[in-house]
Amino acid sequence: MPDAPLLELRAVDAYYGDFQALFGVSLQIDAGQVVAVIGANGAGKSTLLKSIAGLMRPRRGNMLFDGAPIGAAPAFEVVARGIALVPEGRRLFPSLTVEENLKIGGQSGRPGPWTLSRVYDLFPVLAERRHLPAPALSGGQQQMAAIGRALMSNPRLLLCDEISLGLAPIIVRDIYARLPAIVAEGLSMIIVEQDIVQALNAAAHVYCLQEGRIALHGRARDLTRESITAAYFGV
Amino acid sequence: MEWVNVILQGVLIGGLYAMFAAGLSLIFGVMRLVNIAHGDLIVLAAYVALMVTQTLGIDPLSSLLLVTPIMAVIGYALQRGLLNRTLGDDLLPPLLVTFGLSIIIQNGLLELFTADSRKLQAGSIEIETFQLMQGVWVGALPLIQFVVAVAVIAALQALFYRTALGRAFRATSDDQAVAQLMGLDTRHVFAMAMALSLAIVAIAGVFLAVRANFDPAIGPARLIFGFEAVIIGGLGSMWGTLAGGIILGVSQAIGAQIDPGWQLLAGHLAFLAILAVRPQGLFPKVSG
Repeated sequence: MPDAPLLELRAVDAYYGDFQALFGVSLQIDAGQVVAVIGANGAGKSTLLKSIAGLMRPRRGNMLFDGAPIGAAPAFEVVARGIALVPEGRRLFPSLTVEENLKIGGQSGRPGPWTLSRVYDLFPVLAERRHLPAPALSGGQQQMAAIGRALMSNPRLLLCDEISLGLAPIIVRDIYARLPAIVAEGLSMIIVEQDIVQALNAAAHVYCLQEGRIALHGRARDLTRESITAAYFGV
Repeated sequence: MEWVNVILQGVLIGGLYAMFAAGLSLIFGVMRLVNIAHGDLIVLAAYVALMVTQTLGIDPLSSLLLVTPIMAVIGYALQRGLLNRTLGDDLLPPLLVTFGLSIIIQNGLLELFTADSRKLQAGSIEIETFQLMQGVWVGALPLIQFVVAVAVIAALQALFYRTALGRAFRATSDDQAVAQLMGLDTRHVFAMAMALSLAIVAIAGVFLAVRANFDPAIGPARLIFGFEAVIIGGLGSMWGTLAGGIILGVSQAIGAQIDPGWQLLAGHLAFLAILAVRPQGLFPKVSG
């Protein structure tokens, strides 16, 4: 009998005030799996991640993490349960140094493989710049620090929101090249991306959101470009 | 020599003002809350100290061992029970609620303790003085008060930049939402900040009450001194706050020396002058 999924969303509806951003979104991810969520601007990708991370509360539907509901838990509890978010736009703490940013991530005290030195092994450039204030880093380095900060909480599920945003293609490739080393530690990942090529390369499974609904999902290698284009733009 | 004495007294009283200001600055820095009741909480601490010293028969400085934790617990409970509910995108609700709190504290103290002036008696230490040099004298108590103020500021600075709690304060100040995403319970972080603020208030309140008479109505003026010291020093800088307190104290002392009626006016004028010339304060936080 297969194990229960690590995270399961069943018919989740989410709203900003009266505006409905997600319509009956169902999704599941198994332990050790990488799932990509793609879609155009405003399709609801970030809303989906915010709902899972506990920053907003879905109005209807169930979210089960490791078999237990998380829909009503505040963000800091969700982190303690093992879900960490790399927020869109990186959002490092500007008045903290690089190392302090990483330590904040580790403050939840979850045991696991990720420590300061492991993060520095993964992203050596951060070790060189550990005592600099976070805004002194380049965009790519800030993204590395944001990923490292999330890893410091030793999550079982890492949510990555638009890692490629505003970064040069070569930097994006460089960062994506490190993801397998992170997955090798046994965690699962949801990657939200507008860069479809990166997303399809990194993930085994793809969900395509369109105007708040899952328009398409399947194994990355089974999906054709045409079907993705159709789901992406709704044509 | 007379002027040396005047300025020295101003510097020493500036330490007290810096303690008024430090708690205020801490709270504003961490959660953007302007605590209008800060001065009244200082007076509340003085009355708590009055009760502790009278009940236990101990001297005011020893009473700090009890008054400080009592005020810290009050601060934690106040934040968790009341002030956290007022925080949001709008600065106005916490302003109004702490304004109401100020009135409640003043009238509560008036009911309990009447409008009579009180003072904490610290015994012989109150009149002990040292001669620093020919013609320059320092009181033991103002000196202790100043040393304690410097120690408080140094401890706050160390806490902010060397401890996990300080890191959490700064991270929450930068970005509340992301702080929660990193596992920080911001309600608890805010309550810890308020507990720390009122612990400093306790120390300030006891020194205030030993130094001069107090009654339930003197809180708002202490709030003004605190605000002025914060603004003169520059928001977000602890050592700046100490400098701000000293500048305020020295200005008042010089004003009083010229004419006793000018004491407060001179302080306010110094504040206005610095606000006009350097609105960001003398030592603003260097933006990262």
